[in-house]
Amino acid sequence: MKPIFTKRSSPNTGLFVCVFASLALLACEQQSLLTPFRDLLTSVVYPLQQLVSSPTQGIKKLGEAFSSHAGLLAENEELRREHLLLSAKLSKFAALEQENLRLRGLLDTSFKLGEQVMIAELLAVNLVPYEHVVVVNKGSRFGVYPGQPVMDAHGVVGQVLRVNPQSSEIILITDPNHAIPVQVNRNGLRTIAQGTGQIDKLSLPFLSSNADIQPGDVLVTSGMGGVFPQGYPVATVVAANGEGNAFAKFAAAPVAKLDRNRELLLVWNKPDPIPRVPDQVSSPKDSTTSHAAK
Amino acid sequence: MLQNRTATRLVVLASLLSAMILRIMPLPAELFIYNPDWMLLFLIYWAIAIPERVGVGYAWAMGLLSDVLTGRMLGQHALAYSVVIFACVKLHNRLRAYPLFQQTISVLLLLLISQILISWTQNIKSTIPFGFIYWLPSLVGALVWPAILPLLRLVRRAYNIA
Repeated sequence: MKPIFTKRSSPNTGLFVCVFASLALLACEQQSLLTPFRDLLTSVVYPLQQLVSSPTQGIKKLGEAFSSHAGLLAENEELRREHLLLSAKLSKFAALEQENLRLRGLLDTSFKLGEQVMIAELLAVNLVPYEHVVVVNKGSRFGVYPGQPVMDAHGVVGQVLRVNPQSSEIILITDPNHAIPVQVNRNGLRTIAQGTGQIDKLSLPFLSSNADIQPGDVLVTSGMGGVFPQGYPVATVVAANGEGNAFAKFAAAPVAKLDRNRELLLVWNKPDPIPRVPDQVSSPKDSTTSHAAK
Repeated sequence: MLQNRTATRLVVLASLLSAMILRIMPLPAELFIYNPDWMLLFLIYWAIAIPERVGVGYAWAMGLLSDVLTGRMLGQHALAYSVVIFACVKLHNRLRAYPLFQQTISVLLLLLISQILISWTQNIKSTIPFGFIYWLPSLVGALVWPAILPLLRLVRRAYNIA
């Protein structure tokens, strides 16, 4: 039988030290002084996250292994067709982009263009409920930085919240603490789209009730704030309610497949604008014309 | 004796690692809002069972890992865990003697204290939605306590940890 009243050091001092240390850490974290310490702790936790994520990925791999030959052929055929279509479209866009740059050169305005992307894979882990934060497998080793915009094939997904050496946390545009500057593609009306905590809904709280906006309007990033590059689709307006209210409540549905993605695109936004006369990006023929214009 | 002590340490660590896995497992969003704080539940058990090994400092270190695991600011879970485990260590004789129902109520209170501390420190930087739904994990945590207790007791007896 173990004696009930054993003598040991009082936990009171321990509690005092721990509470003080926690508060000190919280204060330091506000100034983001603790990055190396946090990186160390993350490298302990990261293998665990991968372990948790691996069954989900394993099931996906298993599905690939057992998919039929005919199914693969059909998928291949479909992808080939889509590829043809998209590359045709893209070649047209390239020509338009050149023309746009040339015209802007004539107008003496600079224009941000040209982004680099990298594909990051989502880890199947949950962090906390009510926050739409996901973990991807690319971190500061790949040059990811906080505030970096994240896209998928359809539109804006969110931005990088916190970077660790091997992974990073991404806050989705539907997180209740996230807001993104947008404009209506049809008429250029600028506003801010806030997350609601529901994966399929954004709210537009700062629009007056007589604003020119209707269901079906596409919202694109406005480039204000400097985080998101301009002109990427964010959401489509779905409903306008709040008649008789000075500030009408509009709702929009994100166009990115926020809950169905496995891969995301990290975007490097070129910080300096492309010069007025585009030399390095245009073909020789184009540059002669722009020089002539100058 | 020394071997026994290392074995104890390893068993406790292994149980807390499985708690971390339970904490971040990829549940669908409708279920994830019920997911309790498994790490704190396991820590409470060990603090009541072997308070001379699992104390306030241990809880603090685990709290830091929990912070990183769930993307909180460093110190949020550390603060909550060390306060809760302090109460457990102080009251371990009484908590051990309680009948299961009363113990479950105490665990509910401890989990709620932890959530209150986390939400207070969270409000420094951002807002979280309040309401009944925010406290669900504590409720579920208290409900699974009667299952955790015999399970971890089995582990403890199997590895002869006193």
